[in-house]
Formats: sequence, C-alpha cells, structure tokens
Amino acid sequence: EQKSDRRQSCLLPLVAPAGVHGAALLPTSTPVFFAVLKKRLVKLVVNFLFYFRTDEAEPIGALLLEHCRITKEEENVFSISFIEEPERKYCFECDSEEQCQEWIEALKRASYEFMRRSLIFYRNEIQKITGKDPLEQYGISEEARFQLGTRKQ
Amino acid sequence: MKLNERSLAFYATCDSPADNAGFLYKRGERHTAYHRRWFVLKGNMLFYFEERESREPVGVIVLEGCTVELCDSAEAFAFAIRFGGAKSRTYVLAAESQAAMESWVKSLSRASFDYLRLVVRELEKQLEEMRLGTASGCGGCQGAPSSWKQKPSGLEQSLERLPALPGVLPKENGCAVWNNAPGVEQSPNTCSGGPSGEGNPRPLPLPPRRRASSSEAGSSRAAAGESPSTFCWLHERYGREVAQLRQDWLERQRDHQ
Repeated sequence: EQKSDRRQSCLLPLVAPAGVHGAALLPTSTPVFFAVLKKRLVKLVVNFLFYFRTDEAEPIGALLLEHCRITKEEENVFSISFIEEPERKYCFECDSEEQCQEWIEALKRASYEFMRRSLIFYRNEIQKITGKDPLEQYGISEEARFQLGTRKQ
Repeated sequence: MKLNERSLAFYATCDSPADNAGFLYKRGERHTAYHRRWFVLKGNMLFYFEERESREPVGVIVLEGCTVELCDSAEAFAFAIRFGGAKSRTYVLAAESQAAMESWVKSLSRASFDYLRLVVRELEKQLEEMRLGTASGCGGCQGAPSSWKQKPSGLEQSLERLPALPGVLPKENGCAVWNNAPGVEQSPNTCSGGPSGEGNPRPLPLPPRRRASSSEAGSSRAAAGESPSTFCWLHERYGREVAQLRQDWLERQRDHQ
C-alpha cells in the first residue's frame, strides 16, 4: 500500500475535482453524525476550495488550503482544519468512501507549499542522477524559494 | 465572497519564508494617489500591510491567471498586475528602484500555482523517463544471481528511493518539516536510514570483500568510478562480481571433494 502511494503523481488532476457534498462547520470534537449538513457544490482550484450553493454560479466562499490538516472522519466524511483555528473543522460528506479518499488525496496535495516541496525533491533527485540542475533550463535555479536547506519552518 | 481570513492572515504572517518582500507604492482604486505599503509575496499570494510591523495584512492579491508588465506611468519604476475578465481590476505598483522593480516583476510573474505546477510536472516527467530508461536499459538486472540478495542493503534502498514522491504526506499542508536535506523527505518507516551524510551525490562504496590478487579488483574500482550514478549499472556490476565469487567458491568445494 505504501509502494503505490509513493508512485502516485503528486499533481492535481487537470480537471479540478468538484462535487456536491454535505458540508458543515463544526466544533472539532463534534462527531459529524450529529451535524446538520448543507448541500454545497465544492470545487478545488489551485490552493483554494470554493464552495457554492448548488443553484448559484458565484461562490459563497473559499478556503485557502495552506497550513491546514485534512482528516478522515466517519464513513464517507473528511474534514479540513486550520492550524490557527484548532477548535473548528470544516466537514464534508461524500457519496462514497472512494470519493472521500480521492478528495483527501487531492486536498493534501493542493497546497502551494506541497508543490514547492515536490519541486525541490524532484530537482534533487534528478540532480543526483544526472549531476545537472534541471531548473537551469527555466532560468529559475537561483531563486531563493527553490533552494535546498535554506528554508526553515 | 467569504474567505477564511484568519487562515490567510496566518499564512501571511507566519514564519515560513516569503518569496519576496519590500515596500512598494500602490495606486489607489479610485484616486490616483499612491500609498506606500509593505508587500509580502508568499506562494501565489501577494499580501500588503499598512506598515512593516502590522500584524495583519490590509489586503491580498491572488496571483493566478494574471500578467505582470511594465507600465507607462508618471510614477517611476511602475508595473502592473493585470487580470483578464471585464470586472477585473488592474493593480498598479511602483518600486523604489530599477533593481527592485525588476526583482518584483520577475518573482510575481512566476508566482502562480499554475506556473509551479507546470515546472513540477515537467520534472516529474523527466524523472519518470530516467527511471524507465534505466530499467529498460539493463535487462541483465533481472537475471542477477540469487546470492545478490544478500548484498548490502544500501543499494537496494537507493533503488527504492528513485521514483516519484515523498512517501508520506505531512500531517498539515504546508507545515511539514522543512528540512530539505536530501533523503529526509522519506517517511521514517521507509529507507531514510540510508547512508548518513548523503548531502552530495557520491559514488557508492565498493563491495566489502576485495580479493587483492584478483585482476578484477583494479578494474572494478576503475569501473565504479566511471558511472556511479546509474544504480542499475552498479547493481549488475556487483552481481557479476558476486556470481564470479560464488563460482570460484563452488569450484573450490568441488576440488576439495
């Protein structure tokens, strides 16, 4: 199981996952089972999760997906919580376990910071094999944001 | 439209390093007066603060689907962030020097998530091609003798580590251990316990047993120096040596009987 995870592409699908889900903002300790969920169209676009009322074209709101934790909750349910707001969680109910897992995987990879880490990782791996920096062709090899070991959390 | 503003503010002000930061003049929406603000670029978001020490940003510009260009303005060192779409606003900013302007235009035009994703896809493809190229280039690997399996695990670990990604996703997006030393990206229960100090690519060590009298010793040492970075090549190389040793041993056993 670990092996297949490792080989999975880090990248979001080109068509952003979207779907209609039951959604609620709950206190962290509340089991989703007890919540009243509202029907929302949820759409992942780069590192934002937009949510809409199902019959409206304009989103009600969006969640920035940086520094957040994606957690599997009860069956078919996952939640998003943010570091600076640990007492609340955004819950989403999916139609199936499979769909739930797909969302979790997509959301975990949705942050800019994850993308950046992946770039640094690939860059390093390629450099180890070829001895050359693959970013040179893009003219971005000197950018501070892609340097190994210069960043600390 | 609602945004999880606290999360945005947190992202803007947390310790993670900014991709660019500095004072810029921002032209007002309705009035043409410029206001000096402290700008911080993180990821695909350009935050601006009233003062450098402000605890919360005044606003944010999400840099997706925009173009960054120099613009004609009475103000020196001016540039604009333009978005498509009829209702979209153009943000006109001005730097305090030519160098600052160039630095900002460069970093802003490459800040989008889409751009980063393009680069990452490309690297991922390159790495995949290398992996496949290596695998198909040495069919001999498959036929390595079974005694190969007892070889030092360091090589096998390296082979495992070749493909795609950090094995385990961090608990929090954007908040994992930012220790970019190579080899630390793997999860604890995979093979990050490999040779320590692996900060630089270096040739793999020669196999432990060296037969001083063997003519192979010299040649293998030379050969290992040639192309150490192809694991499969080394794999096969060591395999041949082991096969030979095993052959010798078998012959010696037969001789003793």
